Amino acid sequence: MTGIILGAAGLGLLWSVMTIGVFLTYRVLDIADLTAEGSIVTGAAAAAVIIAGGGNPFAASLAAFLAGAATGLITGLLHTKLKIPALLSGILCMIALYSINIRIMKGAANVSLLRKTTVYTEVLRLLPSAANKDMAAIAAGLLCAAAVCAAVYWFFGTELGSAIRAAGDNMKMARSQGINTDNMIIMGLALSNALIGLSGGLIAQYLGFADVSMGIGSIVIGLASVIIGEVLFGVKTFRRTLFSLVCGSVVYRIVIAFVYKLGMPASDLKLFTAMTVAAALYLPKLTKKWAKRAKGGGGNAVG
Amino acid sequence: MLSVEEVRKTFNAGTVNERIALDGVTFRLEEGDFITVVGGNGSGKSTTMNAIAGVFPIDSGSVRIDGRDITALPEYKRAAYLGRVFQDPMMGSAARMNIEENLALAYRKCRRRGLGWGVTKKERGKYRELLAQLDLGLEDRMTSRVGLLSGGQRQALTLLMATLNKPALLLLDEHTAALDPKTAGKVLALTEKIVTENKITTLMVTHNMHDALRYGNRVMMMRDGRAVFEAAGEEKARLKVADMLEMFEI
Repeated sequence: MTGIILGAAGLGLLWSVMTIGVFLTYRVLDIADLTAEGSIVTGAAAAAVIIAGGGNPFAASLAAFLAGAATGLITGLLHTKLKIPALLSGILCMIALYSINIRIMKGAANVSLLRKTTVYTEVLRLLPSAANKDMAAIAAGLLCAAAVCAAVYWFFGTELGSAIRAAGDNMKMARSQGINTDNMIIMGLALSNALIGLSGGLIAQYLGFADVSMGIGSIVIGLASVIIGEVLFGVKTFRRTLFSLVCGSVVYRIVIAFVYKLGMPASDLKLFTAMTVAAALYLPKLTKKWAKRAKGGGGNAVG
Repeated sequence: MLSVEEVRKTFNAGTVNERIALDGVTFRLEEGDFITVVGGNGSGKSTTMNAIAGVFPIDSGSVRIDGRDITALPEYKRAAYLGRVFQDPMMGSAARMNIEENLALAYRKCRRRGLGWGVTKKERGKYRELLAQLDLGLEDRMTSRVGLLSGGQRQALTLLMATLNKPALLLLDEHTAALDPKTAGKVLALTEKIVTENKITTLMVTHNMHDALRYGNRVMMMRDGRAVFEAAGEEKARLKVADMLEMFEI
């Protein structure tokens, strides 16, 4: 039992980096960015190819980050320069990445990392001998999630980060305050997908392989984690929100582990996740409706 | 100071929805002018303002501010010369950011935005002072999200943001039309105070003839995408709402 929870917690922490990336597009830029489905694999593929070739796992993780950033840059250019709607830009990039990801993996659909030096084997060497791979994943995941949270918290408090937030919040206002909104959107998408790529690279090292189809449904998992985190842990301040995102990712993984344990076939996971997200998105509207009814049907929201 | 020369704009050209919005608009503003612009729906007054702000490219003509031709500049670059307040109180500020962050965005208008802090301690004190002058109690809510403010409060904040760095030209696009009469009166009084104290050249579009005559030193009426009547100084002071309405009917 503890084994299952430890494994789920480790994986959840690795996924939390992706969740923060999804949050940046979905909440900060107000774009549902489907590039994520491709960029997580791009990160995984880039890291896996380097590690399989005997490269340094930390350099490989950095490469995953940069490869992810490049995918976000492409989506951003499609959206702002070619004026393709954001949702469609993401879909186009995601589809194109399927081919590119196979090219990165030198024509193969997957790359195995069996018995290779990964971030976790390196971290495991620093831990007491009783520690296992899951504990190494938790240690590495915690460190990475904390570093990403701190960096994101700092960046969105700077002038540049504020400008990106403004562009995502109210484009007309941002332009009237002299902000080049196109550049801000491109930057936001690049940063988001960089984190998603990094997450993909870390996940591939944990699973021991990169596979071209490992990204399917990842955007929904990311959204589920964002929503679970926000609902369960709150969004009062930005600091709190980041904490919630990490916790949301871990809770999602633990829930999934339990649902498996209860006997749900693995192939039903995507259905389960999609239903969770649909329900969670409807929940706020439902509670509003109830609140209105409790008030006697009257009373418009004061705004 | 501002010169708008023969500006033309046709929307949906070549389709059944073709509409000539601006048909050779020409006017000039001198330093310190406060002009009010009136006209019916579709007369081109808001389109004129948007053409100055660069919301869309114009078909022909030119817009100059302080002698510099800004006709080809993108909207975000023109912002360096302009302060803008929109009709919709929700449009002028970022709802999910707090009051001080919004002011800080305006303070950094058209400066390089780097990796320094988005709001510094020194600025906070200055913002508090400025907010206190609005007399709306906003100085004690500087970390509240702007989305929580009322329409009047948001419009007052937008006005403050638009004039934080004295703009060469302030554009007010029916900025009190969405407010209740009492709040509208307050925001207009505030507008006049800020504009006269800082001697800001201002262009105000309004639907309200009373306001058009009461504020500013010049008035312009538009019809069918052209400026059809103008009055300034003494002549404007003598105008009555009835005179304006009569011209409106023609």
